[in-house]
Amino acid sequence: MASKMSEPEMVLNNPGHAGGMREQDLILSVQRGQHELFYELVRPYERRVYAAALAILRNEHDAEDAVQEAMLKALANIRQFRAEARFSTWLIQITVNEALMRRRRERTVVMEGIDDRREGEESEYAPREFADWREIPSEALERKEVRQRLAEALGTLDRKYREVFVLRDMEHLNIQETAEALGITAASVKTRLLRARLMLRDLLAAGWEQGWFSRLPFEKGTKPW
Amino acid sequence: MVNYATSCEQVWHEISNYVDGEVDAELRASMDEHFRTCARCASVLAGTRNVVQLYGDERMLEIPAGFSRRLEKRLAKDAVVKGTRWSTWSAWLVPVAAMALIVGGLQVTNMLSHRRPVKSQHAIPAKDIPPDMVVVVSSGAKLFHVPGCAFIHDKASERTLTAKEAMQEGYMPCPRCLRQYLKTGLTGEHGEHVARGEVDEDEGVQENIVLGAD
Repeated sequence: MASKMSEPEMVLNNPGHAGGMREQDLILSVQRGQHELFYELVRPYERRVYAAALAILRNEHDAEDAVQEAMLKALANIRQFRAEARFSTWLIQITVNEALMRRRRERTVVMEGIDDRREGEESEYAPREFADWREIPSEALERKEVRQRLAEALGTLDRKYREVFVLRDMEHLNIQETAEALGITAASVKTRLLRARLMLRDLLAAGWEQGWFSRLPFEKGTKPW
Repeated sequence: MVNYATSCEQVWHEISNYVDGEVDAELRASMDEHFRTCARCASVLAGTRNVVQLYGDERMLEIPAGFSRRLEKRLAKDAVVKGTRWSTWSAWLVPVAAMALIVGGLQVTNMLSHRRPVKSQHAIPAKDIPPDMVVVVSSGAKLFHVPGCAFIHDKASERTLTAKEAMQEGYMPCPRCLRQYLKTGLTGEHGEHVARGEVDEDEGVQENIVLGAD
């Protein structure tokens, strides 16, 4: 599956990747002043940083703008990147910072207050029981309609669950990295991740019942979703 | 759902950690047993795994049309702007730096040629004294001396410096202890007086050979 490709593989297998330079070599070159190579360096991660920004800002235009600004900041601070960190994680964290900063600028204090009061909802969530369900195979993602349905379901989550889910399950940051990027505790990450996964499971199962995925060519299953 | 070692609520609470492989062996075994006997929790587990698998797929990371091109252009534009900034800077930085060097050079020259006023009215050319030579001066005096010179005023306030520094501060060489360096620099009547040790640095009068310290 494409998503399981490790980062070094992504770089090495990317045919257009600066003549096959390894990521570490590219980083060193950019750090030494070859800024024209920077886009080659970030290109394998542009989808991931965009998804991170979109999860926070929920607006395509704002997310794209935030990514561009974040990448410029990453380039300006490339000398501060240390080899012991993952480059992708470093880029995502810069992007998340940029997006969070933009959102703070745009949101009112009242809105922040409302979100804060919702913290208590994290603890209890009982997944719904469904009489009928289908497991959606990965091949279904070839269809744009399916991807849109999944994106819509994600978009309905409250932002605190959506952000954690995107960083953890789509960006593949670990618990600690997710916590650091969002400025919350590891325990909060785990709690929100559990809630996000269960809510998405319920949303997709309900979507199945509503015919979201009715054109999918699978055999009908027997287990409830 | 009766008498499971692990309740459904416990399973739901831990199911995310279970999917991530972050539960200990004992809890995992207990949950495995629960999934075998509870259809609802088994469906929750299957659904949760499905969510993680689907959303973790790279195909879910879609970018708007033209995103890559715009990002590349923005980065290139920034590089050009920075390059332009540098070009603009460098365009006038070089002449400005050159001007600063000239002005600085003139100031240094000026400073050297307009040193502090000499402390002794009997300023004696000291060009033959090695500039790095260690000498001593004392407060209130006008001459600099070889350390240990018998004609040093107020030995308690002695400080050590180089001959060059002493001259920049306006001190002049002692015509006794530094006589050997002054021969070629001395001309005329004054030089001869100095060479004979007849000039007192502080008083500016002919000295007795045993005048004491300066």
